[in-house]
Amino acid sequence: MALVLTEEQQMLKTSAKEFFNGNAPIASLRDLRDKKSEAGYDQLVWSEMANMGWTGLVFPEAYGGLDFGYAGLGQILIESGKTLTPSPLMSSVIVSGTMINAYGSEEQKKTLLAAIAAGEKIVTLAYEESNAHRPHTAEASVSNNQLSGTKKIVLDGHVADTFLVTARTEKGLGIYVIDAAASGVSVERHTMMDSRNAATVTFSDVPVLAMIGLPGDGEKIMDHVLDVARICLSAEMLGSMEEAFERTMNYLKERKQFGVSIGSFQGLQHRAAHMFCEIEMCKSLVLKSLQAIDAESDELATLASMTKAKVGEIAKLVSNEGIQMFGGIGMTDDEEIGFFLKRARVAQLTYGDYNYHIDRYAALKSF
Amino acid sequence: MSTATQPNIDAFRTETRAWLEEHCPESMRTPVKGFDDYFWGGRQPKFKDEDQKLWFENMKSKGWTVPRWPKEYGGGGLSKAEYKVLKEEMESLGCRTPLFSFGIHMLGPALLNFGTEEQKKEHLTQIANGEIWWCQGYSEPGAGSDLAGLQTSAEDKGDHYLVNGQKVWTSYADYADKIFCLVRTDKNAPKHTGISFLLIDMKAEGVTTRPIKLLSGSSPFCETFFDNVKVPKENLVGTENEGWTIAKYLLTHERSMIGNVAKMDKTLDKYAVDAIGKVNGKLADPVNRVETAKWLIDEAAFNLTLERALDEAKAGSPPGAKSSFFKYYGTELNKRRYELMMSTGGFDNLIWGENAEEGKTPREFCRTKANSIEGGTSEVQLNIIAKHILGLPKS
Repeated sequence: MALVLTEEQQMLKTSAKEFFNGNAPIASLRDLRDKKSEAGYDQLVWSEMANMGWTGLVFPEAYGGLDFGYAGLGQILIESGKTLTPSPLMSSVIVSGTMINAYGSEEQKKTLLAAIAAGEKIVTLAYEESNAHRPHTAEASVSNNQLSGTKKIVLDGHVADTFLVTARTEKGLGIYVIDAAASGVSVERHTMMDSRNAATVTFSDVPVLAMIGLPGDGEKIMDHVLDVARICLSAEMLGSMEEAFERTMNYLKERKQFGVSIGSFQGLQHRAAHMFCEIEMCKSLVLKSLQAIDAESDELATLASMTKAKVGEIAKLVSNEGIQMFGGIGMTDDEEIGFFLKRARVAQLTYGDYNYHIDRYAALKSF
Repeated sequence: MSTATQPNIDAFRTETRAWLEEHCPESMRTPVKGFDDYFWGGRQPKFKDEDQKLWFENMKSKGWTVPRWPKEYGGGGLSKAEYKVLKEEMESLGCRTPLFSFGIHMLGPALLNFGTEEQKKEHLTQIANGEIWWCQGYSEPGAGSDLAGLQTSAEDKGDHYLVNGQKVWTSYADYADKIFCLVRTDKNAPKHTGISFLLIDMKAEGVTTRPIKLLSGSSPFCETFFDNVKVPKENLVGTENEGWTIAKYLLTHERSMIGNVAKMDKTLDKYAVDAIGKVNGKLADPVNRVETAKWLIDEAAFNLTLERALDEAKAGSPPGAKSSFFKYYGTELNKRRYELMMSTGGFDNLIWGENAEEGKTPREFCRTKANSIEGGTSEVQLNIIAKHILGLPKS
């Protein structure tokens, strides 16, 4: 498959760009933060996204989707990364939607997936328990059809209608469906450094509604779903770094010191040119990986780790250099470049950071 | 490629495979080990053995020493699609390049674009037939990164130019029959506009050359001196004082060649595992394990980016200053590979030995240091990217 966008994907990218620029610029993220928004995201923007079909973009038509593919969804993510727009697209659509679509029962698809695709319900995965990414480990357990345990860093946990929760079983990891309104669920909302939300969710003998797959299927399901999430998050991170880089280049041309544009200094030019090259590498990995999801490639795990590692590393580079090149003004809250630094750190640690994926890549390659 | 031509292409593939099977000697299907394994052509052609000669003659008879060049200049006249098939079939049989020369890769493209009909007939045909060994005369002791600052002069003497000066890094000038040179024809013009592109016979009176021994122990480069050398006027390529255009064209070409990261017979992880082994399924050295993984990811990303650039070009997007970007990234990547090989390879890689075969890795390691210098340094490439892609102001 050629490493270029199809005409339809290009059109979607263009309309996503217009939409986010017009409806959700960084100023609205600042607004959500300063006004301590209940939801943590703009619900009007979210319902618009649902109206345009983006929440169902990758799902089958039978469940209200458009069957358009992840390479297309990736373009929306890239554009939303440029405006740093928070929404439950990652937690509900990409992680939970992908999981139910691939491993859920017909009944779960008809109800849960259809509701996710319509943007009517927010479903989020609760799986981290320790202070680092360990998707195969769970202390949480189920007895008498009731789940108990504590989950950390549950994205959009405070607005979720339904949780998908990992728990250990005798056969390995299992994934359970739990109603957020059930008794025994307690949700503690945290605001993260990028102004997005993650919750600590405690389950105390909460009745389980159903399972996704069977006990012991959890590891396999988590690997596949998280690989899709890693690639999609990398697309969003790519958009953010492209935007941060463009803003930095514009600043280098505008800002004058010693009577000249600071962009004329070779000390900055070489670092800028190097970043340009690295961002081009990221673009290629992201597009290849998005296409690999649609092609159901056997290389998905390898590609996901390669992409998340590389994009994480370069997101860090570009956001750090952005601050440094903006100088003092870059340290102020008024200047938006700092928002990219904060988002880059959160995204870097979500679904496995650089270290995790370098190690996983080597393990997948047997060395 | 339109689908209408597909049956023709399939037929061409079948024919080509059969022809190669019949005409490529077995020994010419083994990997090239060094300089000697290439046939370079020249006035006094030196074949390593009969097989090499036979393979060259066979390919020459088809015009396949230069498959894409027009037939009237000794080429194969192949279309892009046919050339791709030939390359694929040669690769699958492991066929060696029958003729390797700077004439093919550098002077040829310049003449095809800027040469007169007479020049094309004479020089392209000789290159295609392996009759002349060409070398390149660009850099000078005082003009490296600042190539346009070159001082070798060509003075107009009516029917000829009188050339005086010195070139450096002239590849294999000690074997070459002729040299294509950048010379200054106008000393008063701004430096980029007084340069011309001249062809000079290495046997002409006043030309001397001397090999330069490198860190790697080999001497692929020379210094070449011009002392009152008379060069006929018809040896000027393109317009007088407009040689910089040709120089830039060729540098772009050269950069894209240097920037390709060569495939090795062993991947870097395999090399590391063979050299230092594993503990609990992981490479024994945890630092090298991380660096190796990081390198492999960058290599894959680089190859995907080359692929994407080709796909974008097919879709009509202009290549722009991309050759600088690939040159920079590709050569830095290659240097990093050898740093890692020196590290994982351990004590064995310290042995220099008596010849290139014995001390292969340390010698190649030394050679890679030139990657980011030749064809424009990494710093020059970064300058070009900053200026032409990012639009940053001149310093």
